[in-house]
Amino acid sequence: MNLFKLSWKYLTFRPLSTGLNVLLLALGLAIITVLLLIQDQFEKKMTQDAAGIDLVVGAKGSPLQLILSSVYHVDFPTGNIPMNEAVRLSRSRLVKQTIPMALGDNYQGYRIVGTNHDYLSLYEVGFSSGKAWEEPFEVVLGAMVAEKSGLKLGDTFTGSHGISLGSHDHDHHDLRVVGILEPKGNVVDRLVLTSVETVWYTHDEEEPAEEESTSEPSEDQDTDANDHEHQNEEAEHADHDHEDHHHEEEGHGHDHDHDAKFHHPVAKSGFPKTDQDREVTTLLVQYRSPMAAVQLPRMINSNTNMQAASPSFEMSRLFELLGVGIQVLEGLAFVLIAISGLGIFIALYNSLKERRYDLAVLRAIGASKFQLLILIFLEGISLTFLGALLGILLGHGFLSILASQNEQGIAAGLQAWTFLSAELWIVIYALTVGVLASAIPAWSAYQTSIANQLTRK
Amino acid sequence: MLFQTKDLKFSHPGQKEYHFQDISLDRGESLLVLGKSGSGKTTLLNLIAGLLSPHSGSVVLDGTAINQLDSGKMDRFRGENIGIVFQKPHLLAPLDVKENLMMARYFSNKNGQDADELLQELDLSHKSHSLVNQLSEGEAQRVSIARALINRPKLILADEPTSSLDDENAERVVKLLQGQATKIQAALIIVTHDHRVKEQISNYIEVKSV
Repeated sequence: MNLFKLSWKYLTFRPLSTGLNVLLLALGLAIITVLLLIQDQFEKKMTQDAAGIDLVVGAKGSPLQLILSSVYHVDFPTGNIPMNEAVRLSRSRLVKQTIPMALGDNYQGYRIVGTNHDYLSLYEVGFSSGKAWEEPFEVVLGAMVAEKSGLKLGDTFTGSHGISLGSHDHDHHDLRVVGILEPKGNVVDRLVLTSVETVWYTHDEEEPAEEESTSEPSEDQDTDANDHEHQNEEAEHADHDHEDHHHEEEGHGHDHDHDAKFHHPVAKSGFPKTDQDREVTTLLVQYRSPMAAVQLPRMINSNTNMQAASPSFEMSRLFELLGVGIQVLEGLAFVLIAISGLGIFIALYNSLKERRYDLAVLRAIGASKFQLLILIFLEGISLTFLGALLGILLGHGFLSILASQNEQGIAAGLQAWTFLSAELWIVIYALTVGVLASAIPAWSAYQTSIANQLTRK
Repeated sequence: MLFQTKDLKFSHPGQKEYHFQDISLDRGESLLVLGKSGSGKTTLLNLIAGLLSPHSGSVVLDGTAINQLDSGKMDRFRGENIGIVFQKPHLLAPLDVKENLMMARYFSNKNGQDADELLQELDLSHKSHSLVNQLSEGEAQRVSIARALINRPKLILADEPTSSLDDENAERVVKLLQGQATKIQAALIIVTHDHRVKEQISNYIEVKSV
């Protein structure tokens, strides 16, 4: 037996009170752990995902929405912009590089992004197998998409319309997997990448009647409108299927251009070549000079029908908005910790009243005053140490649930089980609470007069 | 002489002063301290155990003047050399029987008696891993005796050890105390007003309020 074991026996002797106090403390510390982890990883991830993107140009709407949809791929896109305007912008001498993106489809909730090979080099992502897309309908899967969907090189699948799970399928042209990306721990992991042409042609098939018209369907936002159109679309599909079938039986009688187009190499950089009035969803822009940061956004926002938004500015605005919530959570955590500290104090103090006799007996069998002081401190400290461990564990567990529940969202790829050195501070906080809460009880144990205690009958 | 007190005087704040009769005991000797309640016999026990320090006089155990030790040394000395049996067993409830004994061992750092052997002698070996609140009163009192004996003390102090026990258990407890004191060659002092004990131990002093 020793003091540590004895203090442990006393703790486990009143499991309910001990458990409650440990749990209260753990909850407070878990919130702090989650906040720490999220703050650290989220901001890191946010910065990492937006690295190299100075400006995002898209349809008018909420700038925050534009950033969220085209950089982080979480919100709905704001709409499309005419490609000729995008091309004109890309020729501005303020612009170093632009990457066009066509959004609006998904596969099992993972977004399909039509872009060019520059997007891959922007994130410096390599291939774990296969290669980049060369022709329309060839796609490259992000590491997480490949893992979760189980798709392999050469497999085919059909994308769905819209950006969330459960929308109507594009069942005409199977997308074929030609490459799988290495895991990067950023947004690319949960994307299906392909050429802009793939996205265009997919939708051409859907709406042959509208192919000629200047606007591509409002593929992104108006799900209501889309629903409305579905019946028509489906009717048209049926026709088309039939036709396709027909062709094969007859041989290649129909529309050589059409077929040729599907096997034409796609643009690997810059904009795809097209003679039609096409649209893209957004444009990721890199400035040529710092001057551009001043001039370009103003120029785009006032002179064109497009809007420009800066990821760093919008994200700091978002964090400002979230800041209030984070402060409330922090406050709640500290209240919980304070209450648990008080709880530990009260528990120790009450148990001490019941235990005055025990303490006197300990003295009588040879324990010194100082050893009793240590005994009470040990109880408070081991209680809070347990609370700290449980709190950190709960925090990480909560985050891993959050990350696993949100595979396609913004919390995806949060590393729940990486530990920060700041978590050591959580343990130190907790131990401080333990020392503070047990100081008065320990002192009163130190001063217990054993003779009076033992002879009181 | 193993144990001696001389001219012990003590007064609780605001109360009259006690003046205690001198005691001297050799190894293996037993002594009863009799007296009515309020006569100061518990105070005497506290003085002997070093739980209180006397206003004047001395308590010497095996050559050590224990009233001159400082608080920390006194605690250690008590743990090693004085075994105290209280009126109630006062075992530590979170610990089992053997752990209660081992706790006393921990504070003294002394190689005393073998705990299992001792428990066997006190007919408690089958209870060695029982929780203390599952013991009968007689058993609990025997555990507290075992706890007092585990470090082979030179002096065994018992404060009303029989008052809550029936005749059979009372006799057994006194026999045990005497037997163990003889075995480990310790002096035994029993403070009591229980006349059943007088039949077993003839050597006694009486504490009277002056």
